[in-house]
Amino acid sequence: MLERQKMPKQDAEKRTINFNEVALCLAKEQAIEEAKRCLQCKKPQCMTGCPVEVKIPEFLKYVAEGDFDNAIKKIKESNALPAICGRVCPQETQCEECCILSKKGASVSIGYLERFVADYERSKGVEVQSAPRSSGKKVAVVGSGPAGLTAASDLAKMGHSVTIFEALHEAGGVLTYGIPEFRLPKEIVRSEVEYVEKLGVTILLDSVIGKLETVGGLLTGFDAVFLGTGAGLPSFLDIDGENLNGVYSANEFLTRVNLMKSYKFPDYDTPIKRGKHVVVVGGGNVAMDSARCALRLGAEEVTVVYRRGEEEMPARAEEIEHAKEEGIKFRLLTNPVRIIGDGKNWVTHIECINMYLCEPDESGRCKPMPLAGTEHKIEADVVIIAVGTSPNPLVPRTTQGLDITKHGTIIAKEDGATTKKGVYAGGDAVTGSATVISAMGAGKKAARAIDWYLGLK
Amino acid sequence: MPFKILEKKELVPTIHLMEISAPQIANKAMPGQFIMLRIDEPGERIPLTIADFDREKGTITMIFQAVGKTTMKLSNLETGDELLDLIGPLGNPAHIEKFGTVVMVGGGVGVAPVFPQARAFTEAGNKVISIIGARSSNLLLWEDRMREVSDHIHITTDDGTKGHHGFVTDIVKKILEDKTAVDRVVAIGPPVMMRAVAGVTRPFNVKTIVSLNSIMVDGTGMCGACRVLVGNETKFACVDGPEFDAHLVDFTLLMNRLAMYQPEEKVALEKYKCDREGCIC
Repeated sequence: MLERQKMPKQDAEKRTINFNEVALCLAKEQAIEEAKRCLQCKKPQCMTGCPVEVKIPEFLKYVAEGDFDNAIKKIKESNALPAICGRVCPQETQCEECCILSKKGASVSIGYLERFVADYERSKGVEVQSAPRSSGKKVAVVGSGPAGLTAASDLAKMGHSVTIFEALHEAGGVLTYGIPEFRLPKEIVRSEVEYVEKLGVTILLDSVIGKLETVGGLLTGFDAVFLGTGAGLPSFLDIDGENLNGVYSANEFLTRVNLMKSYKFPDYDTPIKRGKHVVVVGGGNVAMDSARCALRLGAEEVTVVYRRGEEEMPARAEEIEHAKEEGIKFRLLTNPVRIIGDGKNWVTHIECINMYLCEPDESGRCKPMPLAGTEHKIEADVVIIAVGTSPNPLVPRTTQGLDITKHGTIIAKEDGATTKKGVYAGGDAVTGSATVISAMGAGKKAARAIDWYLGLK
Repeated sequence: MPFKILEKKELVPTIHLMEISAPQIANKAMPGQFIMLRIDEPGERIPLTIADFDREKGTITMIFQAVGKTTMKLSNLETGDELLDLIGPLGNPAHIEKFGTVVMVGGGVGVAPVFPQARAFTEAGNKVISIIGARSSNLLLWEDRMREVSDHIHITTDDGTKGHHGFVTDIVKKILEDKTAVDRVVAIGPPVMMRAVAGVTRPFNVKTIVSLNSIMVDGTGMCGACRVLVGNETKFACVDGPEFDAHLVDFTLLMNRLAMYQPEEKVALEKYKCDREGCIC
């Protein structure tokens, strides 16, 4: 059996002083060799692991033949954002985990190949198929993150007139404000957003729904509304010292760095505190992104504090590995108790306690418990809290008839239908913080349901 | 979508008025709300309170003091220029209803956001007593406009060049000590002033509302930069405010957090001046 191709990477030492992309690109020959490893299963298991239903074996066959044009066409039949998915999807727990080869060794590198053909297409200019016949129906999409972009592009392909309302000054949602340049270059986000616009979608920036207009107001001009408003409200730990200067929510830290480009301060106007000793609290991808940004901003030492063990960390294995290669320290089974200041409201230390994992409870998760007497201080001039987010309340607060759970997530059926007629929702706004690809899957399902609903109208 | 500046003038030294074409925002704007703006691509997003709006003309008016790089740069724009981004109306509208007698306190540039509220309180049938203050008479803002929408107006200057020689709080205290029935106080201005007003009204148990000017990045509840302690609970000024019960606000924390980027603000301002006027360093 052929060996799985290795992805070239930027050297760990060099990359910690720049914001350039870490993973480089497969060579053309590597891509063809890798695609040849696909067994072209009659019942492809890989596809069962893909939330947006990419026809994986079919596109891999084209790659193996060196026909990259048809390969990208095949992907784009079901996925409008392949260059993004090829970079940030957790393939190892989705398509690649289901790949039959993974049972015998290493799966086909589906993610790297998706990325390869998407990059190939971008380098030669993106083509758009001719526009479908107009249905005469109008759909408003709230939020231009992964869920909104996917719903919008599918609805546009179905012939509906789609307008996206984005609150920030740039489109992309979490792809733009959350995921750093070195993992997902903004040029790639912009180019995939442009592709969605080429499909006929209008994007209105600086448009905060819930303020500039309500969902009820949108329904007077549009036949249906899709809410892809994400989970943008940061959670804090609710411990002493969290409001000290130098303590950031991961959302604030990443928004300053990614959206506002504060790593280019003072050429860009938005400032950021460049810590020497940075502590990041949390174990997800957002924590890894924050830690690696802090390092690139010049920190001497960056420590990730997480209350469970490495196996329990929600971050992708690849992200944890990259963080370790770059020298990020991990203090696992450690939980913050309070944040300590210098008396002038500036953070100096974070006090933590060691934890142990008890037996798994009925839910299967081990509850971390504190070990009394193990309190200790870690020096920190910047602390970043990355312990999750919940949905932004602006839309639910201003939409009559839209029911939410006690966690603030929008109640929606499997197909995205909410409790309000003509209003659908998907992505983190419904599930709470999850992955880019699951949001895209939800956008896809909702587009189908909206199309069906518009057919009845 | 760029936003055109229809009028721009310096009202008093360092304080500028800017009227901007933004029909959609003007259509929804209410007293007490704010906008976020970004001048250009490398620019930061800053919040400014809406000082006035004209739904028919489709414009909003902001009044700001040129203190940092962004406000300085803003003050150097002219009629006809455009802003890259204008986002709003954000925050909760002021709570306007017929309370009876309302005392409106505006300090410095804070007179601007007080104006639309004073007008709305008058329209709602309240007796409005306004107190506006500045360091000196030449820095006093919108006296004529405030007079139009108030039943009584008091003026204070720190240096005594006009009106009462002293602070706005002196007048607030006098009004309360004179046993004037006051049902509500609204104070907008520098945090020290708002804290002082809260201190004066607390013993009289008069509900006092302040509008907090925390540092914000997105202004839509996403980042938490603007978090403040109100009644020992963390609140986001952008979506939970900007108005809060003054007697519950932790002003010390607010002021500490406002000072967070002072060194960076200095660097940015110096660089701006150098780039504009040529560096002599």
